[in-house]
Amino acid sequence: MTEQIILAGFGGQGVLLAGQIIAYAGMNEGKNVSWLPSYGPEMRGGTANCNVVVSDEEVGSPVVVEADCLIVMNRPSLEKYEKDLKPGGLLLLDSDLIEIEPTRSDIKVIKVPANSLAEQAGSIKAANMVMLGAYNACAHVVQNKTIIECLEKIMGEKKAHLIPMNEQALELGAQAAK
Amino acid sequence: MAKVLMKGNEAIAEAAIKAGCTHYFGYPITPQNQIPEYMSKRMPQVGGTFIQAESEVSAINMVYGAAGAGARAMTSSSSPGISLKQEGLSYIACAQLPCVVVNMIRSGPGLGGILPSQGDYFQATKGGGHGDYHLVVLAPSGVQEAADLVAEAFDIADEYRIPVMILGDGMIGQMMEPVEFKKHEGRELPEKTWAANGWKNKNHARRVVNSLYIEAEAMEEVNRQLQEKYAEITKKETRVQEFMTEDADYIIAAFGTTARIAKNAALKAREMGIKVGVIRPITLWPFPAEAFAQAAEHVKGILCVEMNTGQMVEDVKLSVNGKVPVEFYGTTGGFVPTPAAVVDALEKLKEGK
Repeated sequence: MTEQIILAGFGGQGVLLAGQIIAYAGMNEGKNVSWLPSYGPEMRGGTANCNVVVSDEEVGSPVVVEADCLIVMNRPSLEKYEKDLKPGGLLLLDSDLIEIEPTRSDIKVIKVPANSLAEQAGSIKAANMVMLGAYNACAHVVQNKTIIECLEKIMGEKKAHLIPMNEQALELGAQAAK
Repeated sequence: MAKVLMKGNEAIAEAAIKAGCTHYFGYPITPQNQIPEYMSKRMPQVGGTFIQAESEVSAINMVYGAAGAGARAMTSSSSPGISLKQEGLSYIACAQLPCVVVNMIRSGPGLGGILPSQGDYFQATKGGGHGDYHLVVLAPSGVQEAADLVAEAFDIADEYRIPVMILGDGMIGQMMEPVEFKKHEGRELPEKTWAANGWKNKNHARRVVNSLYIEAEAMEEVNRQLQEKYAEITKKETRVQEFMTEDADYIIAAFGTTARIAKNAALKAREMGIKVGVIRPITLWPFPAEAFAQAAEHVKGILCVEMNTGQMVEDVKLSVNGKVPVEFYGTTGGFVPTPAAVVDALEKLKEGK
């Protein structure tokens, strides 16, 4: 199994963190992983993306060129990365923010109203967790339990009170993807 | 110890601390800023010294001083900053002091861009500064290897009294991968009987750290010592990794992150029926010439892939000495080669275009 993922959106939406959680969870389940961010002169409101590879084999190139899955949370990201999805690949898009349709017909598209579902869970900031929940419900790359454990570790005691809200965001995303 | 997910830069910094680095001097530049950031937090915790110098020139000369006093000292920077350190590196090489220098290459020339590049291969392996000297240059291709090589780097530096460079790029520095800080089986190192660390009891001869030799005989003797050392290092410390080379008809030569893309390309080429292997120099200096010379006995051609306009390819050509064709494929500007483009270049090599 080798799963190659591109996550992209506005800086501040948490696409880098969502990608890190996939890599973190994959590592904790004994898989080989890599997480490669866009870096440098990025800013809040600018674009941000990361490439994640989760594999049973040694990870070759950490640069994803033929993605199994593309998770996009804004329109420029859809326009930029749609071509990088392999035929038959999975496209997850935040339908609250992306009003255009994907141009390709050889891919599977799942629209997730991530912002509204995040608000329903308790905070619009959890939109990345909604997308992550939707992704994992489709791809089953890691167990949901491992994702929660990683969240607990990343957030620490100080932010432990935010875990239930994030869990709900993950769950709402998973339901939306079904 | 359990695996942790870390950026290459952070892993290098932690590995240096675990290897007993007590003095870090640096000046900020992307894409290696996590190294000084990490060091500024960790050094005080282990009783070490972190100084953000006023410039790269200053930082390398602080390394010169700390290394001269016998400390495990380190600095890190990226291409333009490394250029500024060259005078200091030449002095340190001449004074025969150990230290570790990290270069996370950015695209250039000039101030360039912050994206990955391998454009500093020549600078790193051919001396870089003035005079007849070499650094030992280690090129990790992943975060775990970067951490492992840092420990090695300090040992090599101490054993041979030589500056050692870890050569990476923005991708190695910024990428997160699982890393485990294994217990380093250190080598037996000579006592630092040359360290200028005080003369309180005057129970040994005066120790002088110097790189000025006005008399021709003295200067020549230093050069002789250096060359002798370089020959020994070439014999004992050359490292290379071979991947699917046994039955290969073609070889991709690549180092660092590019080698990972080369491996993907080799697998892809094999699916298409072309038998391709990869030779990845881990030490760029000393260069693993023997591995290429041996490969040239049984392969039909070599493709060198780099994120520059063709630098290591010269060493590959020297190694095979005209025995087989050596072609080059490279990208610049911060673009990373794709496996598909490498396979295209391989097909051209195969067809003799």
